[in-house]
Amino acid sequence: MRALLDKGYAVSAVRDAAPSASFSPETVLLGPEDGIGAEAAALIARLDTVREERGLPPGGAWKPWFPVIDYQRCTNCMQCLSFCLFDVYGVSADKKIQVQNQSNCKTECPACSRVCPEVAIMFPKYRHGPINGDDISADDVRREAMKVDISALLGGDVYAALRDRSAKAKSRFSKERDDERALKERQTCLVKLQQALDVPAEVLAALPSADEIRAKAEAAMARAREAAGT
Amino acid sequence: MAPCILYCHCAYARVVPVDTKTAVLEGLARAGVEFEAVPDLCEMAARGDPRLAELAAQAPLRIAACYPRAVKWLFSSAGVSIDGEAAVISNMRTTAADQVLETILAPADPIAAGKTASHQ
Repeated sequence: MRALLDKGYAVSAVRDAAPSASFSPETVLLGPEDGIGAEAAALIARLDTVREERGLPPGGAWKPWFPVIDYQRCTNCMQCLSFCLFDVYGVSADKKIQVQNQSNCKTECPACSRVCPEVAIMFPKYRHGPINGDDISADDVRREAMKVDISALLGGDVYAALRDRSAKAKSRFSKERDDERALKERQTCLVKLQQALDVPAEVLAALPSADEIRAKAEAAMARAREAAGT
Repeated sequence: MAPCILYCHCAYARVVPVDTKTAVLEGLARAGVEFEAVPDLCEMAARGDPRLAELAAQAPLRIAACYPRAVKWLFSSAGVSIDGEAAVISNMRTTAADQVLETILAPADPIAAGKTASHQ
Protein backbone atom coordinates (compact mmCIF):
# COMPACT_ATOMS: atom_id res chain seq x y z
CA MET A 1 0.00 0.00 0.00
CA ARG A 2 2.85 2.37 0.80
CA ALA A 3 4.36 1.76 -2.63
CA LEU A 4 1.05 2.65 -4.29
CA LEU A 5 0.76 5.86 -2.27
CA ASP A 6 4.38 6.80 -3.01
CA LYS A 7 3.51 6.53 -6.71
CA GLY A 8 0.52 8.81 -6.34
CA TYR A 9 -2.26 6.21 -6.22
CA ALA A 10 -5.05 6.64 -3.67
CA VAL A 11 -6.20 3.45 -1.98
CA SER A 12 -9.60 2.70 -0.48
CA ALA A 13 -9.53 -0.26 1.90
CA VAL A 14 -13.02 -1.75 1.87
CA ARG A 15 -14.58 -4.74 3.52
CA ASP A 16 -17.43 -5.48 1.17
CA ALA A 17 -18.40 -5.19 -2.47
CA ALA A 18 -20.17 -1.84 -1.97
CA PRO A 19 -17.44 0.63 -1.04
CA SER A 20 -18.41 4.05 0.22
CA ALA A 21 -16.26 5.67 -2.45
CA SER A 22 -18.00 6.44 -5.71
CA PHE A 23 -16.49 5.06 -8.88
CA SER A 24 -14.91 7.36 -11.41
CA PRO A 25 -12.84 6.85 -14.59
CA GLU A 26 -9.87 6.83 -12.25
CA THR A 27 -11.13 3.89 -10.15
CA VAL A 28 -9.54 0.47 -10.49
CA LEU A 29 -11.15 -2.23 -8.36
CA LEU A 30 -8.82 -4.95 -7.12
CA GLY A 31 -9.68 -8.12 -5.28
CA PRO A 32 -7.77 -11.16 -4.05
CA GLU A 33 -7.95 -12.66 -7.54
CA ASP A 34 -5.84 -9.75 -8.81
CA GLY A 35 -2.93 -10.86 -6.67
CA ILE A 36 -2.91 -7.76 -4.53
CA GLY A 37 -0.51 -9.48 -2.20
CA ALA A 38 1.91 -9.89 -5.05
CA GLU A 39 5.04 -7.91 -5.85
CA ALA A 40 4.30 -4.19 -5.52
CA ALA A 41 6.35 -3.25 -8.58
CA ALA A 42 4.33 -5.57 -10.82
CA LEU A 43 1.05 -4.18 -9.50
CA ILE A 44 2.20 -0.59 -9.97
CA ALA A 45 3.32 -1.41 -13.51
CA ARG A 46 -0.19 -2.74 -14.25
CA LEU A 47 -1.77 0.39 -12.78
CA ASP A 48 0.59 2.65 -14.73
CA THR A 49 -0.55 0.90 -17.91
CA VAL A 50 -4.21 1.36 -17.01
CA ARG A 51 -3.55 5.01 -16.20
CA GLU A 52 -1.93 5.54 -19.57
CA GLU A 53 -4.73 3.72 -21.39
CA ARG A 54 -7.34 5.94 -19.74
CA GLY A 55 -5.37 9.08 -20.55
CA LEU A 56 -4.97 10.09 -16.92
CA PRO A 57 -2.09 12.35 -15.81
CA PRO A 58 0.83 10.68 -14.01
CA GLY A 59 1.13 11.20 -10.27
CA GLY A 60 3.90 13.29 -8.73
CA ALA A 61 4.50 15.47 -11.78
CA TRP A 62 4.14 18.58 -9.62
CA LYS A 63 5.15 19.10 -6.01
CA PRO A 64 2.03 20.71 -4.51
CA TRP A 65 3.74 23.76 -2.95
CA PHE A 66 1.41 26.75 -2.62
CA PRO A 67 0.12 29.15 0.05
CA VAL A 68 -2.94 28.23 2.11
CA ILE A 69 -4.84 31.13 3.68
CA ASP A 70 -6.29 30.98 7.21
CA TYR A 71 -9.32 33.20 6.70
CA GLN A 72 -9.98 33.45 10.42
CA ARG A 73 -6.76 35.46 10.64
CA CYS A 74 -6.65 37.14 7.22
CA THR A 75 -7.66 40.83 7.19
CA ASN A 76 -7.62 41.14 3.40
CA CYS A 77 -4.77 43.69 3.44
CA MET A 78 -3.52 42.37 0.04
CA GLN A 79 0.13 42.69 1.06
CA CYS A 80 0.75 39.14 -0.21
CA LEU A 81 -0.68 40.00 -3.59
CA SER A 82 1.66 43.00 -3.83
CA PHE A 83 4.68 41.01 -2.70
CA CYS A 84 4.30 37.92 -4.87
CA LEU A 85 6.21 37.99 -8.15
CA PHE A 86 4.32 35.18 -9.81
CA ASP A 87 0.62 36.11 -9.70
CA VAL A 88 -0.21 33.28 -7.35
CA TYR A 89 -2.76 35.51 -5.63
CA GLY A 90 -5.86 37.09 -7.05
CA VAL A 91 -9.05 38.71 -5.83
CA SER A 92 -12.42 36.98 -5.75
CA ALA A 93 -15.68 38.49 -7.00
CA ASP A 94 -16.50 39.52 -3.44
CA LYS A 95 -13.12 41.31 -3.15
CA LYS A 96 -11.47 38.67 -0.99
CA ILE A 97 -7.80 37.72 -1.42
CA GLN A 98 -7.50 34.25 -2.91
CA VAL A 99 -4.85 31.79 -4.02
CA GLN A 100 -5.80 31.45 -7.67
CA ASN A 101 -2.72 30.05 -9.45
CA GLN A 102 -1.22 27.39 -7.20
CA SER A 103 1.05 25.99 -9.89
CA ASN A 104 2.69 29.42 -10.38
CA CYS A 105 4.14 29.28 -6.87
CA LYS A 106 7.87 28.64 -6.74
CA THR A 107 8.65 25.45 -4.84
CA GLU A 108 10.29 25.98 -1.43
CA CYS A 109 9.69 29.77 -1.49
CA PRO A 110 7.54 30.85 1.51
CA ALA A 111 8.44 34.53 1.24
CA CYS A 112 4.88 35.86 1.16
CA SER A 113 4.11 34.04 4.39
CA ARG A 114 6.90 35.89 6.17
CA VAL A 115 5.47 39.32 5.39
CA CYS A 116 1.84 38.55 6.27
CA PRO A 117 1.04 40.79 9.29
CA GLU A 118 -1.51 38.29 10.66
CA VAL A 119 0.44 35.04 10.13
CA ALA A 120 -2.50 33.97 7.99
CA ILE A 121 -0.50 32.30 5.21
CA MET A 122 0.65 28.72 5.57
CA PHE A 123 2.74 26.38 3.49
CA PRO A 124 1.85 22.93 4.89
CA LYS A 125 5.00 21.37 3.45
CA TYR A 126 7.34 23.92 5.02
CA ARG A 127 9.61 22.59 7.74
CA HIS A 128 9.12 25.18 10.48
CA GLY A 129 6.27 26.80 12.34
CA PRO A 130 4.20 28.86 12.22
CA ILE A 131 4.41 28.76 8.41
CA ASN A 132 3.69 25.01 8.42
CA GLY A 133 0.40 25.56 10.26
CA ASP A 134 1.72 25.16 13.81
CA ASP A 135 0.34 27.23 16.68
CA ILE A 136 1.15 30.93 16.53
CA SER A 137 3.01 32.64 19.35
CA ALA A 138 2.99 36.33 20.26
CA ASP A 139 6.50 36.67 18.87
CA ASP A 140 5.35 35.26 15.55
CA VAL A 141 2.79 37.97 15.03
CA ARG A 142 4.96 41.12 15.24
CA ARG A 143 1.96 42.66 13.57
CA GLU A 144 3.02 46.26 13.50
CA ALA A 145 6.52 45.41 12.34
CA MET A 146 5.09 43.35 9.48
CA LYS A 147 2.83 46.10 8.21
CA VAL A 148 5.80 47.46 6.37
CA ASP A 149 5.64 49.81 3.48
CA ILE A 150 6.14 47.35 0.65
CA SER A 151 7.85 49.94 -1.52
CA ALA A 152 10.37 50.57 1.26
CA LEU A 153 10.98 46.84 1.65
CA LEU A 154 11.62 46.54 -2.07
CA GLY A 155 14.30 49.22 -1.94
CA GLY A 156 12.45 52.46 -2.61
CA ASP A 157 13.00 54.44 0.59
CA VAL A 158 16.34 53.96 2.34
CA TYR A 159 15.27 56.02 5.38
CA ALA A 160 12.17 53.89 5.95
CA ALA A 161 14.35 50.79 5.62
CA LEU A 162 16.76 52.14 8.25
CA ARG A 163 13.91 52.96 10.66
CA ASP A 164 12.48 49.48 10.20
CA ARG A 165 15.87 47.86 10.76
CA SER A 166 16.20 49.71 14.06
CA ALA A 167 12.76 48.52 15.20
CA LYS A 168 13.48 44.94 14.17
CA ALA A 169 16.80 44.91 16.07
CA LYS A 170 14.78 45.05 19.27
CA SER A 171 13.27 41.65 18.62
CA ARG A 172 14.92 38.74 16.86
CA PHE A 173 13.04 35.97 18.61
CA SER A 174 11.00 34.65 15.74
CA LYS A 175 13.39 33.53 13.01
CA GLU A 176 10.64 32.58 10.57
CA ARG A 177 8.90 35.98 10.76
CA ASP A 178 11.66 37.91 9.06
CA ASP A 179 10.95 40.31 6.23
CA GLU A 180 14.67 40.55 5.32
CA ARG A 181 14.66 36.82 4.75
CA ALA A 182 11.47 37.19 2.73
CA LEU A 183 13.15 39.82 0.59
CA LYS A 184 16.19 37.60 0.00
CA GLU A 185 13.95 34.71 -1.03
CA ARG A 186 12.08 37.00 -3.40
CA GLN A 187 15.38 38.22 -4.83
CA THR A 188 16.52 34.62 -5.32
CA CYS A 189 13.38 33.99 -7.33
CA LEU A 190 14.07 37.18 -9.32
CA VAL A 191 17.60 36.07 -10.17
CA LYS A 192 16.39 32.66 -11.31
CA LEU A 193 13.68 34.31 -13.37
CA GLN A 194 16.20 36.67 -14.92
CA GLN A 195 18.43 33.77 -15.95
CA ALA A 196 15.56 31.70 -17.31
CA LEU A 197 14.11 34.56 -19.34
CA ASP A 198 17.37 36.34 -20.15
CA VAL A 199 16.09 39.59 -18.69
CA PRO A 200 18.65 42.44 -18.65
CA ALA A 201 19.94 43.35 -15.19
CA GLU A 202 18.93 46.99 -15.59
CA VAL A 203 15.30 45.91 -15.94
CA LEU A 204 15.43 44.08 -12.61
CA ALA A 205 17.07 47.08 -11.02
CA ALA A 206 13.91 49.10 -11.72
CA LEU A 207 11.87 47.65 -8.88
CA PRO A 208 8.18 48.55 -8.77
CA SER A 209 7.12 51.81 -7.20
CA ALA A 210 4.29 52.12 -4.67
CA ASP A 211 2.04 53.32 -7.50
CA GLU A 212 2.87 50.29 -9.63
CA ILE A 213 2.19 47.94 -6.77
CA ARG A 214 -1.13 49.66 -6.06
CA ALA A 215 -2.02 49.44 -9.75
CA LYS A 216 -1.31 45.71 -9.69
CA ALA A 217 -3.74 45.21 -6.81
CA GLU A 218 -6.38 47.33 -8.56
CA ALA A 219 -5.92 45.41 -11.81
CA ALA A 220 -6.47 42.14 -9.97
CA MET A 221 -9.68 43.51 -8.45
CA ALA A 222 -10.84 44.72 -11.85
CA ARG A 223 -10.28 41.23 -13.29
CA ALA A 224 -12.33 39.79 -10.45
CA ARG A 225 -15.17 42.29 -11.04
CA GLU A 226 -15.09 41.52 -14.75
CA ALA A 227 -15.26 37.80 -14.05
CA ALA A 228 -18.23 38.33 -11.76
CA GLY A 229 -19.99 40.37 -14.43
CA THR A 230 -19.60 37.73 -17.19
CA MET B 1 -22.23 5.38 12.44
CA ALA B 2 -18.59 4.24 12.14
CA PRO B 3 -16.16 7.10 11.62
CA CYS B 4 -14.67 7.65 8.17
CA ILE B 5 -10.90 7.36 8.42
CA LEU B 6 -8.67 9.36 6.09
CA TYR B 7 -4.93 8.89 5.95
CA CYS B 8 -2.70 11.37 4.10
CA HIS B 9 0.63 9.93 2.94
CA CYS B 10 2.21 13.37 2.26
CA ALA B 11 3.93 11.72 -0.70
CA TYR B 12 5.56 14.83 -2.14
CA ALA B 13 7.46 16.14 0.87
CA ARG B 14 9.60 14.77 3.70
CA VAL B 15 8.07 16.56 6.66
CA VAL B 16 6.21 13.60 8.20
CA PRO B 17 8.54 10.97 9.71
CA VAL B 18 8.60 7.88 7.48
CA ASP B 19 8.46 5.58 10.52
CA THR B 20 5.27 7.26 11.71
CA LYS B 21 3.61 6.97 8.32
CA THR B 22 4.59 3.32 7.99
CA ALA B 23 3.39 2.43 11.47
CA VAL B 24 0.07 4.24 11.06
CA LEU B 25 -0.59 2.63 7.67
CA GLU B 26 0.27 -0.83 8.96
CA GLY B 27 -1.87 -0.25 12.03
CA LEU B 28 -4.86 0.68 9.91
CA ALA B 29 -4.41 -2.38 7.69
CA ARG B 30 -4.11 -4.65 10.74
CA ALA B 31 -7.19 -3.17 12.37
CA GLY B 32 -9.35 -4.49 9.53
CA VAL B 33 -11.31 -1.24 9.24
CA GLU B 34 -12.34 0.59 6.11
CA PHE B 35 -10.23 3.64 5.42
CA GLU B 36 -9.15 5.99 2.68
CA ALA B 37 -5.45 6.47 2.02
CA VAL B 38 -4.56 9.37 -0.27
CA PRO B 39 -1.10 10.21 -1.61
CA ASP B 40 -1.26 13.93 -0.74
CA LEU B 41 -4.05 16.15 0.59
CA CYS B 42 -2.25 19.27 -0.65
CA GLU B 43 -2.33 17.93 -4.19
CA MET B 44 -6.02 17.02 -3.90
CA ALA B 45 -6.84 20.50 -2.57
CA ALA B 46 -4.87 22.20 -5.35
CA ARG B 47 -6.93 20.45 -8.02
CA GLY B 48 -10.22 20.77 -6.14
CA ASP B 49 -10.67 17.00 -5.99
CA PRO B 50 -14.41 16.27 -5.48
CA ARG B 51 -13.41 13.36 -3.26
CA LEU B 52 -12.66 15.89 -0.47
CA ALA B 53 -16.34 16.89 -0.30
CA GLU B 54 -17.40 13.22 -0.35
CA LEU B 55 -15.11 12.47 2.57
CA ALA B 56 -16.22 15.52 4.54
CA ALA B 57 -19.84 14.42 4.12
CA GLN B 58 -19.08 11.13 5.89
CA ALA B 59 -18.91 12.58 9.39
CA PRO B 60 -17.55 11.68 11.86
CA LEU B 61 -14.25 12.09 10.00
CA ARG B 62 -10.92 11.02 11.46
CA ILE B 63 -7.89 12.39 9.64
CA ALA B 64 -4.25 11.37 10.06
CA ALA B 65 -2.25 14.13 8.39
CA CYS B 66 -0.37 17.17 9.66
CA TYR B 67 -1.12 20.38 11.57
CA PRO B 68 -4.90 20.76 12.06
CA ARG B 69 -4.89 24.42 11.01
CA ALA B 70 -3.21 23.49 7.74
CA VAL B 71 -5.59 20.57 7.09
CA LYS B 72 -8.71 22.60 7.87
CA TRP B 73 -7.78 25.44 5.51
CA LEU B 74 -6.58 23.03 2.79
CA PHE B 75 -10.08 21.58 2.71
CA SER B 76 -11.45 25.13 2.75
CA SER B 77 -9.26 26.10 -0.22
CA ALA B 78 -11.08 23.37 -2.15
CA GLY B 79 -14.44 24.75 -1.07
CA VAL B 80 -15.05 22.13 1.63
CA SER B 81 -15.73 23.05 5.25
CA ILE B 82 -14.81 20.60 7.97
CA ASP B 83 -15.48 23.14 10.69
CA GLY B 84 -18.49 22.25 12.80
CA GLU B 85 -18.36 18.69 11.52
CA ALA B 86 -17.24 15.89 13.79
CA ALA B 87 -13.69 16.01 12.37
CA VAL B 88 -10.72 14.94 14.46
CA ILE B 89 -7.31 15.70 12.96
CA SER B 90 -4.22 13.88 14.20
CA ASN B 91 -0.87 15.47 13.45
CA MET B 92 1.59 12.81 12.26
CA ARG B 93 4.38 15.42 12.21
CA THR B 94 4.43 15.70 15.99
CA THR B 95 2.42 12.77 17.40
CA ALA B 96 3.64 9.22 17.89
CA ALA B 97 2.09 6.56 15.65
CA ASP B 98 0.44 4.61 18.46
CA GLN B 99 -1.26 7.77 19.72
CA VAL B 100 -2.42 8.64 16.19
CA LEU B 101 -3.89 5.15 15.78
CA GLU B 102 -5.58 5.29 19.18
CA THR B 103 -7.28 8.53 18.20
CA ILE B 104 -8.40 7.63 14.69
CA LEU B 105 -9.52 4.10 15.55
CA ALA B 106 -11.51 5.13 18.60
CA PRO B 107 -15.22 4.34 18.28
CA ALA B 108 -17.46 7.21 17.23
CA ASP B 109 -18.76 9.17 20.20
CA PRO B 110 -22.31 10.44 19.61
CA ILE B 111 -21.76 13.11 22.27
CA ALA B 112 -18.77 14.46 20.39
CA ALA B 113 -20.69 14.63 17.11
CA GLY B 114 -20.85 18.20 15.86
CA LYS B 115 -17.53 19.22 17.38
CA THR B 116 -14.28 19.67 15.56
CA ALA B 117 -11.32 18.58 17.65
CA SER B 118 -7.65 18.46 16.96
CA HIS B 119 -4.86 16.41 18.40
CA GLN B 120 -1.37 17.74 18.16
